[in-house]
Amino acid sequence: MDTPLVELKSVSKYFGSVIALKDVSFDVRPGEVHCLLGDNGAGKSTLIKVLSGVHSPDEGEILVGGAHTRFNSPKDTLDKGIATVYQDLALVPLMSVARNFFLGREPLKKTWGLRQFDVDYANRTAYQQLSDMGIQLRNPEQPVGTLSGGERQCLAIARAIHFGAKVLILDEPTSALGVHQASVVLKLIVQSKARGIGVIFISHNVHHAYVVGDRFTLLKRGRSAGTYQKNEISRDQLLNLMAGGKELVDLEQEIIKLNNGKR
Amino acid sequence: MSLEVKDERVRAVPLLGRLLSRPELGAIAGTVLIFVFFGITAGDSGLFSAKGIVNFLEVSAQLGILAAAVALLMIAGEFDLSIGSMIGFAGIIIAIPPIMWDWPVWASVLMAFASCAFVGYLNGLIVVHTGLPSFIVTLGSLFMLRGLTLGVTRGITGRTQASGLHEYSTGDWITPFFAGQVFRAPIGWLAELGVIGKRADGLPAISGIPVSIVWWIGLTLFFTWLLMRTRFGNWIFASGGEANAARNMGVPVARTKITLFIMTALAAALFATVQVLVTGSADTLRGNLKEFEAIIAVVIGGTLLTGGYGSAIGAMFGALIFGVVQMGIFYTGIDTDWFKLFMGAMMVVAVLFNSYVRARAMRSR
Repeated sequence: MDTPLVELKSVSKYFGSVIALKDVSFDVRPGEVHCLLGDNGAGKSTLIKVLSGVHSPDEGEILVGGAHTRFNSPKDTLDKGIATVYQDLALVPLMSVARNFFLGREPLKKTWGLRQFDVDYANRTAYQQLSDMGIQLRNPEQPVGTLSGGERQCLAIARAIHFGAKVLILDEPTSALGVHQASVVLKLIVQSKARGIGVIFISHNVHHAYVVGDRFTLLKRGRSAGTYQKNEISRDQLLNLMAGGKELVDLEQEIIKLNNGKR
Repeated sequence: MSLEVKDERVRAVPLLGRLLSRPELGAIAGTVLIFVFFGITAGDSGLFSAKGIVNFLEVSAQLGILAAAVALLMIAGEFDLSIGSMIGFAGIIIAIPPIMWDWPVWASVLMAFASCAFVGYLNGLIVVHTGLPSFIVTLGSLFMLRGLTLGVTRGITGRTQASGLHEYSTGDWITPFFAGQVFRAPIGWLAELGVIGKRADGLPAISGIPVSIVWWIGLTLFFTWLLMRTRFGNWIFASGGEANAARNMGVPVARTKITLFIMTALAAALFATVQVLVTGSADTLRGNLKEFEAIIAVVIGGTLLTGGYGSAIGAMFGALIFGVVQMGIFYTGIDTDWFKLFMGAMMVVAVLFNSYVRARAMRSR
């Protein structure tokens, strides 16, 4: 089996008296989508922050490509090929797609001895990269504010991939999207996987996760409730495992009863 | 697998729609309107004679120098209200050392630029590190600088003005760069041809183009290049549009903003240098309300008060409208009391127009 691109071994993180994470192990391999599932407050955000270098763990180890390491900062993590796409996406709505694509990493060219922002290259590359991922732009100079939520998400993911991400951490990429938009993002996740990128897909939507995921790790109140291969677990079992899964089933039963009563 | 997400609803945007997505369109349209208006009402009053044109261009140029720098700062999402008293402050630094202590004028000009850059740096540093709104921080410096200038000037000279600088500046090598005239030869030639009118004594109505106009146009072009074609320009838009996103992408937002505060301060110093060397005098009260006039010109030029969107070219047209209206009202003989009413109304109309344009530009499909 491939060496994991990034691996957490028995990681714990405390905030004062609060145990945010306890003994959690997690890894992602090349060309794999590993879903991190859990209800609100399960510790997903803390785990992402450990993985992206925002927090350093109080206990446990981090391995990148099999070698022990520590993340000094989010920038350091990014340099190691681990890119996080947060929910706010780090996009500027009033700026063009191409300018956003290259934000902070603007391509330069030399004209008459002056280092200029290479607008043509930026437009061409952003357009090409996005169309390679199946996002057809009308115009690379249109403001990001005119894109749909799904397109923005795809732009942020495409940008991370273009700048050399080997591991993509996607924080709830489909949570604010409609059905069609979510499916566009899910397709892009499958495509990233086909390129050999390891995707960590954080979600509380089992339906979205089950479609694209290869492995599933459940977090419950800061602890891991197990990691499952897709062939080991069904969607319903996964739903039941998640906090609230049982409640949903109960609710369903109750509604059926109510409806039967009406007839 | 196929991932084509073709959008069948793509259509070619008509030319007008594309033009409407440019920030400076409103200001250009406004400029045309103003020219038509004064062309009809003041056509034969001399506003559009060579002398009249140079007059309103000079007014526009001085304001435009400020507006160009203010536009960049406002695109980055910040205000600089201190430039009004910075003008008085710089003017006094330029005038007093030569008059009182026989400094060469070039040295006092250099000192004025350095002092303003330092104050601008402090403004930026405080804004960036305290997170306070720049409106408040620079409102503080507006008052502090005015008070400092008044106090120090009265302490040194016993008065609040300094005059008679021409005596010292005329021979200085630096003077032609700020108070001189350019294109004297072509202007003389045009006068020979009769394109430019002559005064009663037979000399051409104008002998050249004031160099401040060259500064104005040069700065506007430079800032436009900076905005549209450099890495720094991208950072300016991003810092004003969504500072947090910019920071997450590695943009040095703090450094960008501090640099722009230094630039507005240097623009104020340039304004003061031109004014002091042209008039030969400095006054502690100079530059009063210029901070707001510059903001009006920038806003008429299509820059959003909230940052992230705008242009330096727009600010140039905003300043041009300012100059034309000010001189136009003078030439048509309308009471100049009406000028401020007109400019204020013009700005409100511009803001309404801009928010409409922006809503259009940002309209989701």
